[in-house]
Amino acid sequence: MKELRLMKGNEAIAEAAIRAGADAYFGYPITPQSEVIEYLMAEKPHERTGMVVLQAESEVAAINMVYGAAACGKRVMTSSSSPGISLKQEGLSYIAGAELPCLILNVVRGGPGLGTIQPSQSDYFQATKGGGHGDYRLLVLAPASVQEMYDFVKLAFDLAFKYRNPVMILSDGVIGQMMEKVEIGEQYARLTNEQIDELYPWATTGKKTGQDRRIITSLELDPGRQEKHNLKLQAKYKKMQEEEVRYESLNCEDAEYLLVAFGSSARICQKAMDLGRAQGLKIGLLRPITLYPFPSEVLNDLASKVKGILTVEMNAGQMVEDVRLAVCGKVKVEHYGRFGGMIPSPTEVLQALEQKIIGG
Amino acid sequence: MEQNFDLPEIHTPENLVYTKTKVLTDNVMHYCPGCGHGTTHRLVAEVIDEMGIQGQVIGVAPVGCSVLAYNYFDIDMQEAAHGRAPAVATGIKRVFPDKFVFTYQGDGDLAAIGTGETIHACNRGENITILFINNGIYGMTGGQMAPTTLPGMPTSTSPYGRDVKMMGNPLKITELVAMLPGTYFVTRQAVHTPALVRKAKKAIRMAFENQKLNRGVSFVEIVSNCNSGWKLPPVQAIKWLEENMLPFYPLGDIKVNGEMVSK
Repeated sequence: MKELRLMKGNEAIAEAAIRAGADAYFGYPITPQSEVIEYLMAEKPHERTGMVVLQAESEVAAINMVYGAAACGKRVMTSSSSPGISLKQEGLSYIAGAELPCLILNVVRGGPGLGTIQPSQSDYFQATKGGGHGDYRLLVLAPASVQEMYDFVKLAFDLAFKYRNPVMILSDGVIGQMMEKVEIGEQYARLTNEQIDELYPWATTGKKTGQDRRIITSLELDPGRQEKHNLKLQAKYKKMQEEEVRYESLNCEDAEYLLVAFGSSARICQKAMDLGRAQGLKIGLLRPITLYPFPSEVLNDLASKVKGILTVEMNAGQMVEDVRLAVCGKVKVEHYGRFGGMIPSPTEVLQALEQKIIGG
Repeated sequence: MEQNFDLPEIHTPENLVYTKTKVLTDNVMHYCPGCGHGTTHRLVAEVIDEMGIQGQVIGVAPVGCSVLAYNYFDIDMQEAAHGRAPAVATGIKRVFPDKFVFTYQGDGDLAAIGTGETIHACNRGENITILFINNGIYGMTGGQMAPTTLPGMPTSTSPYGRDVKMMGNPLKITELVAMLPGTYFVTRQAVHTPALVRKAKKAIRMAFENQKLNRGVSFVEIVSNCNSGWKLPPVQAIKWLEENMLPFYPLGDIKVNGEMVSK
């Protein structure tokens, strides 16, 4: 029988982590995502599955605890919101460089700086273009519902280990805080140390007699070897582009105008699309689910069929750059955004589409 | 070992009583001649070997001169970001509470950029060993002022000597962490004489043995010399260490079995 619960997005993430067989969570409180660690602490996952939960002294410490535990082949995660995610960028760059699998949740709030605690999508660039120093990418999943917050946790862990790469769930204050019905999945067992040894020979679990020691590092001083390492990372990202693109398309078959939006903006756009369709406007919606790798191919195909594209984001225009790159000038692409914690209404979105694309 | 030294008649296999410890790799160390890192590495390796825990140890290397420590220890190791080793070690120990976990850090790493990670790992009482090499200078980057640089001591970023009014005071972080309830064993050692090497080894051994007790952090500071950074030949550097470093950083146990040692 299905287990249904009414949960906040942040709570769904926490429950999903326990159920996905996560070994550890290290985090630091910050609004609007503190429910993740609060829920975990209250649930005593150590008793349920043996999962470790620790409140670190800083975001910096938390991401480095993730580094240490991930390098042991464990399923580890952290969560934060924008200013805290900025603090984690050093650690994320090292994690990407050392090719460690882990999950990072960003429940985005408005910025820059301390900004606001209200929802935003202004960390798109940071999430999808690397974020820290060096040429690296996170695999980025953008949930648009509390159910997806739940579902993407297991998916993120699986992808992280498939590619030995950090995976970010890029959410926002709307989805983190809102309550929706969630179908709770099964409890997956945590891997035993023996399974880790078998599955992840790279993990530092203690040197085995007669075998080479394992070294987890992002350092390679020889430029030739460092270039080789970078090429290996790039090959991995290329494989992600080939195999991991995920998106949802709604009413795109007969669409004359296309909305492109992710996360909570996509929810708003869905309503705007319905309002427009009721007026006879043939509007479609493409919702990228993976922000990296970006669904460029499908967008390029759609650009041949539609008269114009409007991206809607709760930022000053970030994903629109990727949409324009994908569309390659085939059709007009405009951006509509609210930011600083303001959320656009469906009517506003429809008006923007009419003004910037249909009438423009 | 087969080299023909000055006294080939006594350099024979039966007289060979000193060999490379098996927990060290065959890689040639990059440390400067006379530096304390090589000796300390050897002591750590000997302790791991003698305790028979080579397969149960996970080490964490820092950023600094010993950034490549993982090239020399024949054990599983992780390389941490600058200053973050105690957080990395926390992550390891929390998921592997039965393994032996240690960090190996210099003064800039542990007492400047990583102060927060150091203090909080110590305060939480993480059941790990922290090895802290204090030579009062940033060696790898070329001799800049460290958090432990002595007052008046010249470095490339305090070329006229450390002016404490302008640049602040040297930090006695070892005394500081000894005050925290999460530390179980805190000691300051040195490795520039044979007698001190033997004492330091005992301290390192205790710092690893303590992990079996699960009572908190064991913290071993090694006051060392940096001939390159100090711009002194090895013998003079050791004299300078004894005359300047040791009066400010006195050797000996500070906290044993969770109790402060009364002086």
